[in-house]
Amino acid sequence: MPNSSSELTKLTLKAAVDGLKAKTFSSTELTNAFIGAIETANPALNAYVELTFDKAREQAAASDAKLAKGEGGALEGAPLGIKDLYCTAGVRTTACSGILENFVPTYESTVTQNLWDQGAVMLGKLNMDEFAMGSSNETSKWGSVVNPWKSRGSNAPLTPGGSSGGSASAVAADLCLAATASDTGGSIRQPAAFTGTVGIKPTYGRCSRYGMVAFASSLDQAGPITKTVEDAAIMLQVMCSHDVKDSTSLDLAIPDFSSFLGKSVKGLRVGIPDEYRLDGIPAEIDALWEQGIAWLKDAGAEIVRISLPHTKYALPCYYIIAPAEASSNLARYDGMRYGHRAEGVTSLTDTYEMSRSEGFGKEVKRRIMIGTYVLSAGFYDAYYVKALKVRRRIAEDFTKAFETCDVILTPATPSSAFELGDAAKAADPVAMYLNDVFTVTTNLAGLPGLSVPAGLDSQGLPLGLQVIGKALDEGTVLNIASVLEKAAGFTTKPGRWW
Amino acid sequence: MAIDVATVKKVASLSRLRESDDRLQSLAGELNGILGWIEQLNEVDVTGVEPMTTAVQMPTPMRDDVVSDGDKVAQIVANAPKTVDGFFVVPKVVE
Repeated sequence: MPNSSSELTKLTLKAAVDGLKAKTFSSTELTNAFIGAIETANPALNAYVELTFDKAREQAAASDAKLAKGEGGALEGAPLGIKDLYCTAGVRTTACSGILENFVPTYESTVTQNLWDQGAVMLGKLNMDEFAMGSSNETSKWGSVVNPWKSRGSNAPLTPGGSSGGSASAVAADLCLAATASDTGGSIRQPAAFTGTVGIKPTYGRCSRYGMVAFASSLDQAGPITKTVEDAAIMLQVMCSHDVKDSTSLDLAIPDFSSFLGKSVKGLRVGIPDEYRLDGIPAEIDALWEQGIAWLKDAGAEIVRISLPHTKYALPCYYIIAPAEASSNLARYDGMRYGHRAEGVTSLTDTYEMSRSEGFGKEVKRRIMIGTYVLSAGFYDAYYVKALKVRRRIAEDFTKAFETCDVILTPATPSSAFELGDAAKAADPVAMYLNDVFTVTTNLAGLPGLSVPAGLDSQGLPLGLQVIGKALDEGTVLNIASVLEKAAGFTTKPGRWW
Repeated sequence: MAIDVATVKKVASLSRLRESDDRLQSLAGELNGILGWIEQLNEVDVTGVEPMTTAVQMPTPMRDDVVSDGDKVAQIVANAPKTVDGFFVVPKVVE
């Protein structure tokens, strides 16, 4: 039985929820254990940007009262971290941008409301790339997040990935049981792969976007980062819901995701796309992919070679569509109704321009300008409409592939975690964008994708495999991922240096 | 096609962003790099392909045209940089 604080924080979400229900420990004990862990670790990792410990203790006490009576929801008393992209009523929400530096929402996002309705406890808000635009968590107004993992024999701080870097780092370092995250091009799956955690982006429309700070609305989707596949199923179950406040929210029944785990995968057809074998990818990543194929074969799955011919166009396509939508979404930050307003200027245009220039960071401004350019007169058809057509080609690739397979297995990322301040990636935006080469296709097609830790590279850093499913088939994705999780036996945790 | 500094300046202005001359210069290089990389989309034959604007295959939901929320002036202006009596205070629009 867990008794010390460090043992409590190491629990999975499933074990914690069970322990709370069995009254092995109280939510107050569990919450205080996490508060202690955060106080020790956060100065080194910078995973949390806002701490809500008073609120957490209140919620924990309320949960304990319910649990004492044998009542409570699916997450009763479970302490979670919330990505700073979700509006939380009365708790500052900045999307890690200077333009929202002092923004305190007066309403709650649907996803977080779902969590509180099921009894979850909020420890605080988690760091991220500014407006979720980044792959290394270095564009945050509040500074980079540090990965709890280190390369063997090196002390250099590594990126936890992005944009959900705070969520991934906090889960990997046992600073919460699980975390909310969001994924527009890979922002859940890439950080999960870099930190030895599990991350799932469900089918577009499964989770409500109401109250999530918008980046690219046709691609943005909520999802969790967790310690295990089972925990991912539990979190996703609560996060998903139909919501009339989001017109793209799916009005469909949500299956019991956990019930898919442990089902036989005998005869299930696993597609291996030829086009994901890229030049210049480390041999270790290819080897891990082969290992994953072998594990699934051992479990009785049938391996099928498939082709997704437009894969190489997914990233350039994304880098038209996402900035175009962002430039439109971020037009709301005008310094008038909320957000930063520049001082010392008088005219309307000066106020707009100075407020935005002072409030937004470099990467956000760059993407707004790309978006504005591809939407501007004379370029709209050549860039934006062209990208929308290529997007359909990419989606059609998947439709065709799923005629011969049930699920797809790929690497999650083209590398393991790299060093913060990587000069080559800082100098060349395209080099940084390539991080999402394996993940971005599912955002464009709206499909579910999951990253599961499957091994360590020669540096001792975690690597992930990605499972992609048919639309609405998160159940099979989770089940395949749990087979891989079991076969990999991935239990390594980062050594504690903080 | 190459983007020059004048074009970057125009795009910044359309974006309601103000950038220093130095930054405009380096942005021209960065945007050229990104747009050059994007040019590879021209290799894709999209004849007869309908643009894909959403991954949701369902009609836009309709609701009754009735008031469903309101009386929230205090919440609406709660985060405003400047307000008077429940109104937003903004710079002069018409001289």
